[in-house]
Amino acid sequence: MIRAIRACKTAAEERAVVRKECAAIRAAINENDHDYRHRNLAKLMFIHMLGYPTHFGQMECLKLIASAGFPEKRIGYLGLMLLLDERQEVLMLVTNSLKQDLNHSNQYIVGLALCALGNISSAEMARDLAPDVERLLQFRDPNTRKKAALCSIRIIKKVPDLAENFMYPASSLLKEKHHGVLITGVQLCTDLCKVSSEALEYFRENCIEGLVKTLRDIANSPYSPEYDMAGITDPFLHIRLLKLLRLLGQGDADASDCMTDILAQVASRTESNKNAGNAILYECVQTIMSIEDNGGLRVLAINILGRFLSNRDNNIRYVGLNMLMKAIVVDAKAIQRHRATILECVKDSDASIQKRALELVYLLVNESNVKPLTKELIEYLEVSDQEFKGDITAKICSLIEKFSPEKIWYIDQMLKVLSEAGNFVKDEVWHALIVVISNASDLHGYTVRALYRAFRASTEQESLVRVAVWCIGEYGDMLVNNVGMLDIEEPITVTESDAVDAIEVAIKHHRLDLTTKAMALIALFKLSTRFPACSERIKDIIFQNKRSLVLELQQRSIEFNCILQKYQNIRSALVERMPVLDEATLSGRKAGSLATTVSTSTIAPCNLPNGVAEPAAAPIGDLLDLSSDDVPAPISSGGDFLQDLLAIDLSPASAPSSGTSLPPKAGTDVLLDLLSIGTPSPGESSPSALDMSSSTQDNKALLANLNGLASLSLLPANATSPESSAGAMGLLDVFDPNPQKRDENGPAYPSIVAYESNSLRMTFNFSKQPGDPQTTFIQATFTNRSPNVYDDFLFQAAVPKFLQLQLDPASSNILPASGNGSITQNLKVTNTQHGKKPLAMRIRIAYKVNDEDVLEQGQINNFPSDL
Amino acid sequence: MIHFVLLISRQGKVRLTKWYSPYSQKERTKVIRELGGVILSRGPKLCNFVDWRGFKVVYKRYASLYFCMCIDQDDNELEVLEIIHHFVEILDRYFGSVCELDLIFNFHKAYYILDELLLAGELQESSKKTVARLIAAQDSLVETAKEQASSISNIIAQATK
Repeated sequence: MIRAIRACKTAAEERAVVRKECAAIRAAINENDHDYRHRNLAKLMFIHMLGYPTHFGQMECLKLIASAGFPEKRIGYLGLMLLLDERQEVLMLVTNSLKQDLNHSNQYIVGLALCALGNISSAEMARDLAPDVERLLQFRDPNTRKKAALCSIRIIKKVPDLAENFMYPASSLLKEKHHGVLITGVQLCTDLCKVSSEALEYFRENCIEGLVKTLRDIANSPYSPEYDMAGITDPFLHIRLLKLLRLLGQGDADASDCMTDILAQVASRTESNKNAGNAILYECVQTIMSIEDNGGLRVLAINILGRFLSNRDNNIRYVGLNMLMKAIVVDAKAIQRHRATILECVKDSDASIQKRALELVYLLVNESNVKPLTKELIEYLEVSDQEFKGDITAKICSLIEKFSPEKIWYIDQMLKVLSEAGNFVKDEVWHALIVVISNASDLHGYTVRALYRAFRASTEQESLVRVAVWCIGEYGDMLVNNVGMLDIEEPITVTESDAVDAIEVAIKHHRLDLTTKAMALIALFKLSTRFPACSERIKDIIFQNKRSLVLELQQRSIEFNCILQKYQNIRSALVERMPVLDEATLSGRKAGSLATTVSTSTIAPCNLPNGVAEPAAAPIGDLLDLSSDDVPAPISSGGDFLQDLLAIDLSPASAPSSGTSLPPKAGTDVLLDLLSIGTPSPGESSPSALDMSSSTQDNKALLANLNGLASLSLLPANATSPESSAGAMGLLDVFDPNPQKRDENGPAYPSIVAYESNSLRMTFNFSKQPGDPQTTFIQATFTNRSPNVYDDFLFQAAVPKFLQLQLDPASSNILPASGNGSITQNLKVTNTQHGKKPLAMRIRIAYKVNDEDVLEQGQINNFPSDL
Repeated sequence: MIHFVLLISRQGKVRLTKWYSPYSQKERTKVIRELGGVILSRGPKLCNFVDWRGFKVVYKRYASLYFCMCIDQDDNELEVLEIIHHFVEILDRYFGSVCELDLIFNFHKAYYILDELLLAGELQESSKKTVARLIAAQDSLVETAKEQASSISNIIAQATK
């Protein structure tokens, strides 16, 4: 069969052959063919190895195992181990056969059973068969003993509770002479120590000296052909002994003391020109590093590592780096000496080694050596492989952020990284860079010029372009006038039209993505006031984009175009330079905390009055400016960012304004559009606007913020702009008419006490949507002044026919006692005869006090007359 | 501990797999495909270790076969290389200068040998001789059983004549 499969030239042929074989095997199984059963199973295993399904053969395995002869059992167990794994139910059926075979008189059959148990035992089997395995640890034949020992490892890993049963038999294995048993015994002890601290203590007390002696014997033993590996006697045993010693010595000074001599001997006398010897040295170094402090040994170990690092064999270098990573906790200074070598390894051609070395370098960096190391890394960045660049860039960026000694250095290094590997830089990183730039007011000029230069040199790196475009937009005037020249700079002359050229390149470049282009558009818009001479050209470019196929760009350019054409008076305010971004909030956001209610000191004061009384145009301009500038960021980093942004900027403002104003729905659309939040289309956002206004006191952070935001910008003139679909128009009209009408909004309707009994009080708050005078939103608030809690609280209302009433669910149906809380419920009333008849309402309130039903009824006639 | 042993040919065909940790059939195929891609594409002079899903895979190439073993992060890679070599030497002794074809047609024998060498993901025996002796003993058991069976069938055949 194998030959037939191998003869197949194509996968299809192979599948056909396998299918035929499987059919034959199935038939044989159905006929219960005894003679060929083992052959069939062997075929099945081969088919299994090729990756075809073979579950139908599982029962055959069990039958073979249950049969008496050794050959059948042998192939049966092999099949069992290959075709099944511990999670299959069928495995339960085999437990009994295993138990019988463990007690079989033939040692090879016992061996087979142990082997199967060790390889696929499940927790239940481990529990059932543990006593048998334990007994076999003292079996006369050493080969069975060693199998039993390894089987015990599996058992204690599956069921750690059983560890104590194996402790004593395991320690007796350590006195064996047979290497196989010794190896497995040591391994068993190691695993026992890992699962049980009791065992660890026991071995520490009783076995250390024995182990040290064994290790010494084996290290000093003369050549023995049976166990020789490259001139060293049984390196496997060496390594296992060292491993166990490591566990025993860890955190125990006495135990560590016992083993120092032998460790020194192994470390200094093992030959290191062969792999086996190096394996032992490697293990030995690990042990030295983990056991309790011993200066001399450590020096020895670090020296060995130094030799490893300079070795020409890649394997050895790899483990050397690996080891250094662990050693860095113990002795950082000694490792610093190998810095140069490690840096060499970063540049190695082998990806595994590169990765290790880079991680190590990352750990090595501290305040004192960050400059040279970063320099090296950035230099290397230029020549590294594409797939490695992502890793290395991430590491460099986080190093720069973490250890940066000064801002100019930070900006310089980031610029280098951006221009080398800007496409690999994550969004957070360049966001952070912008914040830093905006905070370093004395470096604005320098930065923008450097960015301009880098941008001229290459537009390949997306994030470099973004940062450059942002900076040119913000600080374009500094670019042209050479403001804030530093000594180290070469002077350059950039004319206004050069700067505009640069931005235009960014907009037109076909490889740059939407976010970048949108940023470029905003930058251009900003430049329109900074460079009055170029404003005609800017207008042209914006105008061209009005026909962009991309919705985002099209919309923006239409909006900007409107501003440029119609609203010259507010334009300069709109495009003012952004306020300094707050580093604290950035880091707060990084930490993942959304609790940014602590306001940013720079923006809050100017917004607060805005929400309350003065319809100052300038702060609004600022606000819009801020929002529109940051739009690309929310787009690229998703909703959170936007929420944050709104929360940061607007939470102080929303508090005073949210209760009083009713943002018209078109206005909200406009605003959302202007902010280019993107997701809410006009149709979707109008209901949400309604929601917002009806639940103004519902202090859900985001809603309130949005609400506040909306009301803020529209306060000056909420009576206008009924529903303009051309978003920009609506918004801009806002600034036009005089803002006095605002006062008719909000506080115009005082809240009333609609109903009051001995203990219950109901107040109504009113609000309306401008443009829809018929509809009134009422928020009813109930308070209970009696000392008893009201359960099953239910409020009902009825209205005359000319009114329509809609009741939302109440916030709760339990009203706490003594005024310690309230229930709120929203009502929407539409008055079809608005202006002619006032509102009227009958109410019924039912609740339970101490399990007694109470009913209160009443009529409300004191509604304000113009609702 | 060794989580699994894989033998992959240069063409990416699987020659032997042994799993000491539970992996479902689906995961197994995925692992084989993934590792095959990683390991076969590595150049000849690079180191023999690959970091993979929080484990380390140690591989070594012998003629047209890649021997791969997956181990824990804190295991000794150099030792595993030694174990692989040990395994190959035993195979070599058993088959007499082993080649890929030996392993294809006698894959069950390769498994028996591996079972004598490793158990529960740990090394079981460091002596090549002992492994060879054990395998030989079990093979002879099988032979005698077969002979018995054939002699019985002969007797039956003669008796029924």
